[in-house]
Amino acid sequence: MAISKTESPPVVQTATARPPLPAERLALTDTVSWRKAVGTMWRVMQIGLETPWQVTIALLSTLLAAIFQLMIPQLLGRAVDLTQGVATGDRAAQDALLLTALAVLGVAILRGVFATFQNYFSEAVGHHTGYRLRLSYYDRIQHLSFGFHDSVHSGDLITLGLLDIEGARMFFATGIIRFLLLFVLIGFGGWWLLSIDLWLGLLALSFVPYVGWRSSQSQLELRQTWLDLQERLSVLSRVMEENLAGTRIVRAFSAQDHEMQKFREASVRALDLAHERVDLRVNSTAAMTLSFLLAMGAVLLVGGIKVRTGEMTVGTLTAFLTFMTILQMPVRQLGMLVNSIARTSTCGARVFGLLDLEPSVADVPGARDLRIDGPVLRFEDVGFAYPSARDTPVLRNLSFTAGRGEIIGIIGPPGSGKTTVAQLIPRFYDVTSGAITIDGQDLRDVTLASLRRSVKVVSQDVFMFTTTMENNIAYGDPWAEEDAIEGSSGDAQLHAYVDTLPERYRTVVGERGASLSGGQRQRMSIARTLLVAPEILVFDDSTAAIDARTERRILAAIRAGRDRRITILVAHRLSTLADADRILVLEQGRIVEQGNHAELMALGGRYRSLHDLQNRSYGDRR
Amino acid sequence: MSGETEVERHDVREDGRRPPRAVVGSHRVEEEMFGRVFDPRILRRIWVFVRPYRRQVRISVIAVLVFTLSQLSIPMIIRNAFDVGLAKGAWGGALYAAVAAFAAAIATNYVASLVQERSVGKVAENVLFDIREAMFGHLQQVSQSFMDRTEVGRLMSRLQGDVNAMQEFLETSVISVGDLVLLFGIVGCMLWLDWQLGLLTLSVLPVLFLVRIVWLPRARAAFIAAHETNSITNGALAEAIHGVRTVQGMTRQTVNAKLYDDMAGANLRTHLVAGRYAQVLVPVVDTLTGLSMAVVVVVGGAMVLDRTLDVGVMVAFLFFIQRFFDPVRSLTMQYSVMQRAMASGQRLTEVLDVPLKIIDAPDAVTLPQGTPASVEFRGVRFAYVPGQPVLDDVSFRVEPGQTVALVGPTGSGKSSVMALLHRFYDVTGGAVIVGGHDVRQITRASLGQQIAMVLQEPFLFTGTVLENIRYNKTDATEDQVIAAARAVGAHGFIERLPQGYATELTERGSNLSMGQRQLVSFARALVADAPILILDEATASIDSHSEQDIQKALGVLLNGRSGLVIAHRLDTIRNADRIIVLNAGRVCESGTHQELLALGGQYAELYRSGHASFDDR
Repeated sequence: MAISKTESPPVVQTATARPPLPAERLALTDTVSWRKAVGTMWRVMQIGLETPWQVTIALLSTLLAAIFQLMIPQLLGRAVDLTQGVATGDRAAQDALLLTALAVLGVAILRGVFATFQNYFSEAVGHHTGYRLRLSYYDRIQHLSFGFHDSVHSGDLITLGLLDIEGARMFFATGIIRFLLLFVLIGFGGWWLLSIDLWLGLLALSFVPYVGWRSSQSQLELRQTWLDLQERLSVLSRVMEENLAGTRIVRAFSAQDHEMQKFREASVRALDLAHERVDLRVNSTAAMTLSFLLAMGAVLLVGGIKVRTGEMTVGTLTAFLTFMTILQMPVRQLGMLVNSIARTSTCGARVFGLLDLEPSVADVPGARDLRIDGPVLRFEDVGFAYPSARDTPVLRNLSFTAGRGEIIGIIGPPGSGKTTVAQLIPRFYDVTSGAITIDGQDLRDVTLASLRRSVKVVSQDVFMFTTTMENNIAYGDPWAEEDAIEGSSGDAQLHAYVDTLPERYRTVVGERGASLSGGQRQRMSIARTLLVAPEILVFDDSTAAIDARTERRILAAIRAGRDRRITILVAHRLSTLADADRILVLEQGRIVEQGNHAELMALGGRYRSLHDLQNRSYGDRR
Repeated sequence: MSGETEVERHDVREDGRRPPRAVVGSHRVEEEMFGRVFDPRILRRIWVFVRPYRRQVRISVIAVLVFTLSQLSIPMIIRNAFDVGLAKGAWGGALYAAVAAFAAAIATNYVASLVQERSVGKVAENVLFDIREAMFGHLQQVSQSFMDRTEVGRLMSRLQGDVNAMQEFLETSVISVGDLVLLFGIVGCMLWLDWQLGLLTLSVLPVLFLVRIVWLPRARAAFIAAHETNSITNGALAEAIHGVRTVQGMTRQTVNAKLYDDMAGANLRTHLVAGRYAQVLVPVVDTLTGLSMAVVVVVGGAMVLDRTLDVGVMVAFLFFIQRFFDPVRSLTMQYSVMQRAMASGQRLTEVLDVPLKIIDAPDAVTLPQGTPASVEFRGVRFAYVPGQPVLDDVSFRVEPGQTVALVGPTGSGKSSVMALLHRFYDVTGGAVIVGGHDVRQITRASLGQQIAMVLQEPFLFTGTVLENIRYNKTDATEDQVIAAARAVGAHGFIERLPQGYATELTERGSNLSMGQRQLVSFARALVADAPILILDEATASIDSHSEQDIQKALGVLLNGRSGLVIAHRLDTIRNADRIIVLNAGRVCESGTHQELLALGGQYAELYRSGHASFDDR
């Protein structure tokens, strides 16, 4: 192995310049144009139309239910009229009453049945829409690039996937169906009233525009204050959550009073708004009820005079009043209709905004599966900057080659690009310039699935799923046999620990793996990776929390399997790299020294000074 | 329900292999949603929080009664208008009088509903916030051991979900009073108007009650199933988002998508089942309403024909019928609300009842400023679990200005020593003495002023860098903060942050590197300016490259203070005034680095063999 105290070694420039795609960007907005709102609602509806029968049944049932409902006041009015102005014991009148009663019963039953269909099928359409949106959302999230996930807060993605989908999915029931219902009730019913008596009809309907306007107004205001309240409540939650998670610090500083102060401030802010919402809601419902009752009183007065003068029958007045009570609820729902439109268009716009993103790291057309016979991994003049900071290069003209059986160590100060090198090999990001190849194939030309099957990174942060130990280890190979799981767990020095657990490999590890220590988590992650036996294995500082003795055993297991693969060890502890075949010393994105431990020590450069630094003491104050 | 998802997973097969190990979403144990309907003990506890607002509650109950009466009066007024005002040849003013009564009724209705809903809504919100504050305040005082064994998520769900259930309960309770009165009022009015027709019409009412009683348990099972599949599916999504890097690194997308499809599918199905249950009562109510109306039309109509009933009474009956199923519906709903509230109330009282073990003694003293910063452990014994001692007869002394290091293998009791010094726990035997006083005889606030701590994992709060360094020492000036940051070598990188000291830290300071976070926490300890400093593995998780800065910072921090340092890397504590080697809860060696080497015991052996730490053996 030649020692080179170098800049970049001479490598033939093979790759053509291929600038990476910019990372996907998500715009989370609260306001949308009318055009866009209509487009969004149409897209939500299109998903609903995938269940055409349910949509059709819901629409027809709504129509019928509304029509039957309109018949009830007319029948009741007729019944009252039948009792008027006839002689006692009139058989015909009694028969007519019986017929009317049967009609009332029949119409009521039919209305009930169709209302059930209306509600059930319109809700079913909403559930179906939600189901489809969730699947697409889940799938899209899983495929969007690391660059995207770096730039978005995970909490925002969860809100989007839960609340915004929830806000958009019910549009059919809360928007379309409600609109149809209101249209029929107000339209047909109003037409019927006006055709009987124009002025009294107008009087009876007089509350409709006011209640419609008022409820729309207040629903929009309530929606806005709801959003504001959620924001204030999330501040309050954050104060509480941080306090409870950081309880040791709070107590260490005796900061309980300070924390109570923070809590009260956040609490009062939320409470004030909650009170405001109560006022807003109560004022508008009370005003709506009042206007309805005023109209009813007016109808009673004017209608009463008309009955007295004989212009109108008692039955017709009854029908008018009954009809008004029926109309009361739906008219209030005008506001909810407006709210539904606002909700669907903003929530839907956010959801579709994400669903429409194309992953920036994805298979190119005609990508082929990676074929491995070496393997030989080459970094050719690689330059890289993270999508979030394209003008800050992290790697510059980095070149090296690693072959099967080799163990390559990478070391360097924080920010020198060690982790970046590890993350480029499985193509978590695309290089900004130059190329990375495996057996001559540019990573960008092969399918992601085949590449990531062969290249595995054990990263610094371990993510544990809330499930059994076994399922966590077998995450990369869910069909693995138990022997294989125990084998890799043994290599990762985890087996002995798992044996002490109550249900061994079937033990469920707590919320996000909280019940395991940092070292145990790292060992689990190593076991998870060893299980899939990748051809290229990268350890990104993944033994930092493991004590030195255990680490040595793990490294021995890794050495034992070295012949089958390329192994890359990124570390900050020099002891981790003691028996690497070659160590690359990175600084500011460049390789500044390389060689094995003895060679680098002899060189007396940066590696040597790092070695000396790591053997000093702390706590020196004199 | 979970059985259902389990079965569904078998759909995911590839080339006839057995189903994959399913890891999508959590195996979370759901909490009991419903408790007993009525639990006087819990109600008494809740009453304590309602009591301060009892005037408003009284007002709103009165208002709800007035509101209900005004609602009842409207059909009665209409009846009067029809029978007196509209009768041929009747007194002309009768109609106007009825309309005037109507106007009075709606004015009352308007005012009563405003008063009632406003006061109920606000009282419920106030009680909610009060309960939350009481719980949060209590959690500040409970013992550290309770906090250690309780998941934060669990406490948060008490502070949020359970408190909300109580609010819902309070709000609906008052409304239920109104519903009850409305129900009896309607029955009473109908019987008063005509008891025979009333009885006949009302005979359908028990049918609805019976149907609902049969329906409720079944429907509830369906609703709970839908709720559960929902939270499972949501949990799976959250996990996919948090673990997306692992998912992609392990190429699990396809398997996960199939598993998630099963879950979302199960969720869809349970919701459709729940939807069927929710809707099945609609035609029943409609049929019963229709039936009552038909009875009024046939029987009431015949009575009108026979002149034994006024037509206005018939009309009033028709109005009452349209209303009387509403209170039945909301009263049965209240039943579930109450059960939910009792289950939540149970959990809330559990939190409020966590005993306070570590409280100031009645005769506790306040340590004056300038108390000599000495620390002494005198024959300390301690056990988290009785019978399993963690510390056994530990004695040592730290003189003012000295630095003492504690070393020992994992589980030797080092961290317990630190926790006892700050009185996170009380000793089982012996005494911990700070500044000449037993810590149990010092007020906790003044003990806190004596001691500052830097923990292994630097915990930072959301807020600016400045706020984090200042923390609870809110009177620290900006200059003091900057001086502290300068002293620990944090000023340089803070200056380079986008907004300098005003830069907002994200969740737990994730926009800083681990080393930077630790430097901020050093500055925080320096601003606190306590004479005793505890460093609990403060450099364990820091990159060696940053360590040089950290070591300089530590020198500044320890200067002029009494220091107690825990380390498991031996080479980091060579210069301490004294090193205490702990093993299995006992002090087994003690002395300076040189003395211990000369002693030739555990410490010397480990140090000479070049092992980095005690845990290596």
